Amino acid sequence: MLVDAAILVSGFVMIAAGIGAVLARSLLVSILLSGGVSLVASLVFLLMGAPDVAMTEAAIGSGLTTVVYLYAMARARQPDEEDADPLGDAVKGGRR
Amino acid sequence: MMRRVLVFLAVAGLAAALLPLALGTGVPEAPGALATAYLEDAPGDFGAANVVTAIVVSYRGFDTLGEVAVLFAATAGVGAFLTRKRLGIGDAEPADKPAATEILVTATGLLTGLLVMFGVYIFLHGHLTPGGGFQGGVVIATALLLGLLARPESKLSHGILSAVESLSGAAYVGMGLAGAFLAWGFLDPRVLPLGRIGSLVSAGSIPVIYSLIGLKVGAELSGILDALKGDRE
Repeated sequence: MLVDAAILVSGFVMIAAGIGAVLARSLLVSILLSGGVSLVASLVFLLMGAPDVAMTEAAIGSGLTTVVYLYAMARARQPDEEDADPLGDAVKGGRR
Repeated sequence: MMRRVLVFLAVAGLAAALLPLALGTGVPEAPGALATAYLEDAPGDFGAANVVTAIVVSYRGFDTLGEVAVLFAATAGVGAFLTRKRLGIGDAEPADKPAATEILVTATGLLTGLLVMFGVYIFLHGHLTPGGGFQGGVVIATALLLGLLARPESKLSHGILSAVESLSGAAYVGMGLAGAFLAWGFLDPRVLPLGRIGSLVSAGSIPVIYSLIGLKVGAELSGILDALKGDRE
C-alpha cells in the first residue's frame, strides 16, 4: 500500500519533470530535468523490486546520459563563440 | 490551423491505439510460464544466486553479446568523428580552460580509488547480488570522468583503453566458443565447475564473462567521455 502510494507520487514527479524538461527555455535545465526523470524512474524500479534495472537506470540513464548531453551542449556551443564570420554572428544573434 | 488539427488527430489516434495497453497493465499475481521456468531452473542449471544475471549472461547471452557489439560500434563512431581535425579546432587550443575547484580536486583524489573498487565489486558479484558488467563498467567510467573533470588537461592513455577493450571483447567471444566446444552450447557457463551456490567462485564462467563485460564497457564509456572532451588528436 505504502509502496503503491510511493510509486504513484514518483509517477507524478516524473510526469511533471518531463513536462518541465520540454517547456524549459534553457537547455541546461532541460538536461538536468530529464536526468531527474531517470533518477525517479530508477527509484520506481527499485520499489517494484527490480534492483538490477534500477542500478542500470541510475548509472546510465541519470548519470552518464546527463554527462554526455552536457558535453554535447558545450561542444555544440563552442564553434559559435570561436568562429568570426558574419553568418555565424547572425545565427547567434537570431538565436539569443 | 490544418496542421494543428492533423497533429491533434495523430496524437489522439496514437493514444487510442495505446489505451488498451495502458488499461491492461498491473502487477500479475504469478510469473508467467517462461519466468517460472527461469526462476526454478537457474539455480540448478548454473548455480547463480542472481537469476537476472543467469538470464542476461547465459539464457540470453547471445543478446548480451549483441548489446556489447552495439556499444562498441557507438564508441567507434564517436571516437572517429570527435577528433580535433573534424571539430575544426586545430592545434591552437585556447588555454583558457578554467581550473577545477579545490573541492572537486580533493574529492576526486578521495573518490577515484573507491569508485573503481566499487565498480569492480559490482561486476565481480554480478552472479550473487544485483548489478553486473554494465553497471560496474559505468561506475568505473564515472571514476575516470571525475579525473577528467578535475584535471581538464590530462589525457587518457588510448593504448591501454583499446588494449583492455579489445582483449576483453576477444576473451568474451573466446569464453562463448569454449562453451560451444566444451559444454552444451555457445556461451554456456558450465565450462568451469559450478561450485556452491552463493559463493564468490561459483556459477561456472558467469563471473568471468561479466567481469570481461565490465572491463569492456568501462573502457568503451571512458573512451566516449574522453572523445567528447574534444581534444583527441
